[in-house]
Amino acid sequence: MEALRPVDGFRQRLEERAFAPLIKTGRGFYLLVAALLLVVGWGVFAYSTQLREGLIVTGMRDRISWGLYIAMFVFFIGISMAGTLISAILRIAKAEWRMPITRMAEFITVVALLVAPAMISLDLGQPLRMANLFIFGRWQSPLIWDVFGLTTYLVASAIYLYLALIPDLGICRDRLSAAVHPLKRWFFRLFAVEWHGTPGQHHSLARALGVVMIVIIPVAVSMHTVTSWIFAMTLREPWDSTMFGAYFVAGALYSGVGVLIILMAVIRKAFHLEEYVTTGHFMKLGYMLAAFALIVMFFNVSEYVTAGFKLRGESEMHLAQVFIGALAPYYWFYALAGMVLPVLLIAVPFTRNMWGILLAAVLANVGMWIERYLIVVGGLRVPLNPYEPANYFPSWVEWSLMAAAFALFTLLIALALKLVPAVAVWEMVEHHEAKHVTETVSESTPVAEALDGGRLPGAPLRMRPAAGPADGGQK
Amino acid sequence: MSQAGQKPGTPQAVSRRRFLTLAGIGALGLVAAGSGLKLLGGAKTRAEEAHTGAGERVRQWTAIFDLRSCDGCQSQNTAPKCAQSCILGRFVPEPMEWLEVYEHNIAGGGSQFVPTLCMQCQNPPCVNVCPVGATWQTPEGVVLIDQTRCIGCRFCMAACPYERRFFLWGDPPRPPETALVHYSPLHQIGAPKGTVMKCDFCTEILSAGRLPYCAEACPNHAFYFGDLEEDLATNGDKVVKLSQFVAENQAYHLKAELGTKPRVFYIPGHGEAVGRSPFKKGRLSVEWPWNKEGVKTWKRSGR
Repeated sequence: MEALRPVDGFRQRLEERAFAPLIKTGRGFYLLVAALLLVVGWGVFAYSTQLREGLIVTGMRDRISWGLYIAMFVFFIGISMAGTLISAILRIAKAEWRMPITRMAEFITVVALLVAPAMISLDLGQPLRMANLFIFGRWQSPLIWDVFGLTTYLVASAIYLYLALIPDLGICRDRLSAAVHPLKRWFFRLFAVEWHGTPGQHHSLARALGVVMIVIIPVAVSMHTVTSWIFAMTLREPWDSTMFGAYFVAGALYSGVGVLIILMAVIRKAFHLEEYVTTGHFMKLGYMLAAFALIVMFFNVSEYVTAGFKLRGESEMHLAQVFIGALAPYYWFYALAGMVLPVLLIAVPFTRNMWGILLAAVLANVGMWIERYLIVVGGLRVPLNPYEPANYFPSWVEWSLMAAAFALFTLLIALALKLVPAVAVWEMVEHHEAKHVTETVSESTPVAEALDGGRLPGAPLRMRPAAGPADGGQK
Repeated sequence: MSQAGQKPGTPQAVSRRRFLTLAGIGALGLVAAGSGLKLLGGAKTRAEEAHTGAGERVRQWTAIFDLRSCDGCQSQNTAPKCAQSCILGRFVPEPMEWLEVYEHNIAGGGSQFVPTLCMQCQNPPCVNVCPVGATWQTPEGVVLIDQTRCIGCRFCMAACPYERRFFLWGDPPRPPETALVHYSPLHQIGAPKGTVMKCDFCTEILSAGRLPYCAEACPNHAFYFGDLEEDLATNGDKVVKLSQFVAENQAYHLKAELGTKPRVFYIPGHGEAVGRSPFKKGRLSVEWPWNKEGVKTWKRSGR
């Protein structure tokens, strides 16, 4: 098949970089997986203790009956927003700079949505009865809304991730067959579903992606809203708020972009994708991060000013514990280091660089994690009867399972990166070729052969773009 | 091989519409079948089991606490006998107090004692949020828990504005005299760890024509239990016309503004009928006698 292709070697360089992790695995990766498995294994041990003894091994008690597990659930639901935002919203907005990072964002979504329900199952007193949610589920319960929302969102984002993967799987099947394990070859062949890049297939794929990207946005918004309604549907003063849905959506956007920035920085370094994931990407996501921080701040101020002006019911006690009482250190860290500092890091030109933005993203996520904890524990800590407020401190079992959850999240992403390319190769190539068609050249040599040979024919050994425009948005 | 040349033809559209129709009918059928099964199965028998009213009359169980006669058992020099009797009579695991006597501050710097149990709300937040229908309201207006269905998510505990729900964080101690008792939501003996417990209004005892443990133990006859339907209530000493008694004594509900519509009334007071000064503060704590060695209990609040 002859086609118009530019001769700048963009496609070859990209394929080499993007497919290298699928072919070769370094010692570092095995060490990482082993370390993560160790942490997950420790979590399994901690959970076996909890299964045997009951939730008595946690720090939770009748007065503060939800703790770290529920906070972690809300946190993971929050970061699952990344994929929807970057992929769907930017795809609709036709923001072309999104292409190198959409796949990473979608990974975050799907993996976070796999880990989040595990957090709920950790929190159940009778985890073996989880099926009751489906056998006896009452649609009137906000928890069932969350079950509906989560499963719909998970299925939709998995479809979204997979649809955009099909052409890349097709390329992998065609190019990497010689270089990879037969099982992986089989995986590529099976999941590429006979993709050959014909115009008809392109047409169908574009239509399917178009439908899913529209559908997934309301699904995501409703998912975060019903998660907030688990709290807002109760008669507790700190949670009794009509803006909780919007607040959670904003918080999800904030932490979702933050996690994407972190993952982007890691993958860029580990897979040498500097040509494609550029400083420009960090800048753009940094601006989004700052904007979302301001929105979260706005909600934060609205929440506390409207409650604090009236001081109705238990509000006084709640605000006192948050601002000057037992929870004050957490709150002020979240407010200053988790919201104000990230905005400053991005606003001040001196720190507005990749490292500054990465730091802002880390701080944003630490802050949002604390915020989830404050919502859950702070809300329950307000006594509804006359007694001294109880205190909650997570036990070693809860800390272990939290570590295991983060390890599992990282592990699933790391394994996914070994199975499929981290960037949407086909999309970037098509986009690049549409922009820079210059000359007719024939189909390039399969990358695997080229890699075995040590260098790509016709390409220089050091594959840096000479002066050609990088497809990254760095202008 | 390519599908691009195919027109957006009619045959495909019709088959899609038919497919969607069929899928819709199928989904509706599944939902209907599920509901039908549910009606025929567990829920019905459980409701029958919980329906303890005699004959055709459906009792509407109600409680009235006359706080004028409650001194927190200061005069008895014991822990509140209602709460203690509830624990002993109903084998309540430590540290739950299904009925807890809270000391509220009142205007002027004094205090009053308010025995607080499950309010048996007619708009029960706990029932509204339960994802699996493990807690439900009987025709008699009492909220019960089926601990064989409860998944232990503790949503009901977060939802209850009176904090009258308790979780079995570990294995509850089981006194030997309960060894042969089979589990029922009416007495909750044998509820496994990881489920929620609460006051069930002693519905079994009420139906048998006796007063619950708390009311029976009160030395000052401050507890009235009765039936809204028959409009009668008794404290074991005298029988009152429920509606009249409530109206004439300005009875109120705890947190009535929340709209939970409790079935428990309070008559304002601070123990004046039994000679308590509102400035005499404090009461003794209840005890749980079945703390055998080797049985793990848990403290009231987190560490």
